[in-house]
Amino acid sequence: MSGPLTIFDKPNTYIGKSVPRPDATRLLHGRGKFVDDMQLPRMLHAAFVRSPMAHGRIVGIDTDAARAVDGVVAIYTGADFVAHVTPYVGVLSHLAGLRSAPQMPLAVDVARWAGEPLVMIVASSRAVAEDAAALVELDIEELPPVTDMETALDADSPVIHEGFGSNLAWERTVVAGDPDAAFARDDVTIVERRFKFGRHTGVTLEARASLVEYDPSERMLTYWYSGQAPHMMQFILAKHLDLPEENVRVVSQDVGGSFGIKIHTYGDDIATAVAAKLLGRPVKFVADRLESFLSDIHARDHIVDGRIAVTADGKIAGLTLEDITGIGPYSMYPRTSAIEANQVLNLTGAPYAFKNYRARARVVFQNKNMTCQYRAVGHPIAMAVADGLLEDAAAEIGMDVVEIRRRNLIRDDAYPTTTASGMKLDDLSHHKTLDRLVAVMDYAARRAEHARLRAEGIYRGLGLVSMVEVTNPSPMFYGIGGAPIASQDGTTIRLEAGGAIHVSSSVTEQGQGTNTILAQIAAGVFGVPIDRVKVTTGDTKTTPYGGGTWASRGAGIGGEATLQAAHALKGQVLEVAATILQARPEALDIIDGHVVDAGGGAQRMSLSDLARTVYYRGNELPNDLTPELVATRHYRVTEFPFVFTNGAMAAEVEVDPETGFVTVLNFWAVEDCGRIINPQLVDGQIRGGVVQGIGGALYEECHYSDEGQLENATMADYLTPMAFEMPDIVVEHVETPTKTSVLGAKGAGEAGTGGAPGAVMNAINDALRPLGASIHQMPMTPERILKALGTV
Amino acid sequence: MSETRTISLTVNGAASTHAVPVRQNLVDFLRNTLGLTGSHVGCEHGVCGACTLEVNGATVRGCLMLAVQADGAVVTTVEGLAEARRGEDLRQAFIARNALQCGYCTPGMLATALEYVEGGGAADRIAIRQHLSGNYCRCTGYQSIVDAVCDVIDGRAHR
Repeated sequence: MSGPLTIFDKPNTYIGKSVPRPDATRLLHGRGKFVDDMQLPRMLHAAFVRSPMAHGRIVGIDTDAARAVDGVVAIYTGADFVAHVTPYVGVLSHLAGLRSAPQMPLAVDVARWAGEPLVMIVASSRAVAEDAAALVELDIEELPPVTDMETALDADSPVIHEGFGSNLAWERTVVAGDPDAAFARDDVTIVERRFKFGRHTGVTLEARASLVEYDPSERMLTYWYSGQAPHMMQFILAKHLDLPEENVRVVSQDVGGSFGIKIHTYGDDIATAVAAKLLGRPVKFVADRLESFLSDIHARDHIVDGRIAVTADGKIAGLTLEDITGIGPYSMYPRTSAIEANQVLNLTGAPYAFKNYRARARVVFQNKNMTCQYRAVGHPIAMAVADGLLEDAAAEIGMDVVEIRRRNLIRDDAYPTTTASGMKLDDLSHHKTLDRLVAVMDYAARRAEHARLRAEGIYRGLGLVSMVEVTNPSPMFYGIGGAPIASQDGTTIRLEAGGAIHVSSSVTEQGQGTNTILAQIAAGVFGVPIDRVKVTTGDTKTTPYGGGTWASRGAGIGGEATLQAAHALKGQVLEVAATILQARPEALDIIDGHVVDAGGGAQRMSLSDLARTVYYRGNELPNDLTPELVATRHYRVTEFPFVFTNGAMAAEVEVDPETGFVTVLNFWAVEDCGRIINPQLVDGQIRGGVVQGIGGALYEECHYSDEGQLENATMADYLTPMAFEMPDIVVEHVETPTKTSVLGAKGAGEAGTGGAPGAVMNAINDALRPLGASIHQMPMTPERILKALGTV
Repeated sequence: MSETRTISLTVNGAASTHAVPVRQNLVDFLRNTLGLTGSHVGCEHGVCGACTLEVNGATVRGCLMLAVQADGAVVTTVEGLAEARRGEDLRQAFIARNALQCGYCTPGMLATALEYVEGGGAADRIAIRQHLSGNYCRCTGYQSIVDAVCDVIDGRAHR
């Protein structure tokens, strides 16, 4: 190694090490603090009466019998809230033309999806509130529901929002180069496919939960919730409940899974805050599993008509797609429900160098639960469409699927560059990750084995995906469009009198290990053992202002702010130490909780000695030395809208043509998320993400009837991946740090979910190809596979 | 609806007597009356396994058993396991393997895994996956949990 040691290779760094999570023990001892674990004096409980039909005019609501139930404290309908909460509209100005209608926490006049909250019961216990809810009599005049997104734009379709004229929420077209000319060439092979991506949802094991306390004497509202973006919720509650922002405190403690589900504005949560404010008593709402399925945002539900033209030597001449997606009756507030379609347009084909591209998305209203941002927004669609078309085209022209990728992936030395869709890319490594994947999965040997097994009637397949992931979003993601969502994050680090440090950051923890990696960075950069670091996140009262954790931004953005804050605090401490020790600051360092000689490492004084001198015996310091021993730094991405990562993944499946049953035998993921702070935590993100992606590919779907009823809203009927069906997943890394920060970390939270569905689909089609069948509809259930085979 | 019945039971080694609503399930009783919030509620119909705990030596779903059915029973929750240091090697293996992320499934997962380990289960990944298949985890992808259980079985075999 040449040159001076950096923060990444000095002896006391924790960056790059699989440090165990300090908060794991608490959770293993049953001492987690989830919202429903909290009990407050005089606390009340909420339950909701929800719309039993997908579309209906509210004629009357009779709550007399419910009010008579012993223990019921208050009952509210939509009309009761009109004076106490202002409506919200899920649009953003940078999504030009996106429209949605004003929404209220409880429906007023018209109910627009089965499950929409209509009546709120507040009672002494949840059981009593549910007893009362069962006695509420609804008089709802059924209106024709709009459920099929493909006919929702027909001239004779009912229109969900009077005055809009149609059910179109948003439309965007991207054109690059001359796609028509590319497809008109006589030397290209054209492959066209219709891809269907089912509706699925997050199924966080801890359902959404909020507990709200309001103190009318100080007009202070405290909102404990299971969520990802405390400062965003602070703004929303203040704005719509008419409170000064500083009078709203939002706290997010342990979060039992989120995956994007808990980052949105839900009527029942807002209603809980309104009720607490009106009653001056704490009110708790914890969704039950039925409420989760009916009202937690859903995602996907896209139909994509995709087309690719490739030359005889395998080069992509052009790619076009038409995407339609149904988002429910409203665009979700405040992030909107147009982002997934927008991502499909932005990301399809993004790993590949080609010039001719046209993509159109139409986003339509329908009378189903709303869709919005859920883990890997748009990615599973974009990756499955591009790589599905590419692998099918490879089969058409008789080229190996690895070879066709090698001929089209953007060269590793071609960055910075821009995709056909206009995305700025830098620091990616598609070829390196693909090469590593091919080696680690023993590609050629498996191909040979599959050919041999096919002769025995065993149908195995390999499917690959080369992908990008959007991480570390800049202000160009939401802030530019007027959303109250911070893109920058801040970290404050202070030296405690005992020589420990306290880190307080605006990014949040939902189990991915945010608090651990912040501690690793702070400990290593500042120079204390990691067990001398305490971390606070998830509280608007005590952390710097920031966006929270979503879009794989915790490590890349919160981590960089922490690195910078630790560096600044170190500078302060060394200035004080230099004065006390009569040395130059440059001649000193901090290692293992001690100020040491930079050359040689001899310990000069402990951090606790230094801190106690400053805090207790300032008289020993020169009067003009006024150390803070606390530093705050904020960080945002400036040069790019997002920092992309890349990866290459592969699935090996076996399809039973008799039953249509698919077994995922193996899965490999080679990921480049830049500098890795904690390999074990990153691998956990990748593996968990892959399994979530396999769920969407094979099992998970919200089944709606034509009348807009969700027919499988239980965990027995909605299938999620369980331990037995899942393979062990091999994870490998290529590390290309992003140049946008010193830390060099990109995100890793969504890659698996974004890539796995396309890989699994390609693997199944590889297995089915000798049988003359193919499938492009997810989830790829046994029934659908048998239909593809013509068996049923 | 508000009918109650008096039950006596031993939870984590402590005996007590309570008047409980006859319709209340065991996990709600443990959480709301005894304040033992380590047992979690995920689906309330026995599918997700978050409320898995031990009653009279058997692992049960706390949501599928009424509190009144626990009259006379000996109940051990995740808090009780920790206090008694039972399954300490399993907890340590969960930490070492990062076999938990959000931690919400963890109490139930621990109870199910401990049942397998104490029942003499083999360090066979397929058998372990099968045994854990009644416990839903959305975060980890399960692999690290299987790793942790294997480590413990190997460790106990070499003790």
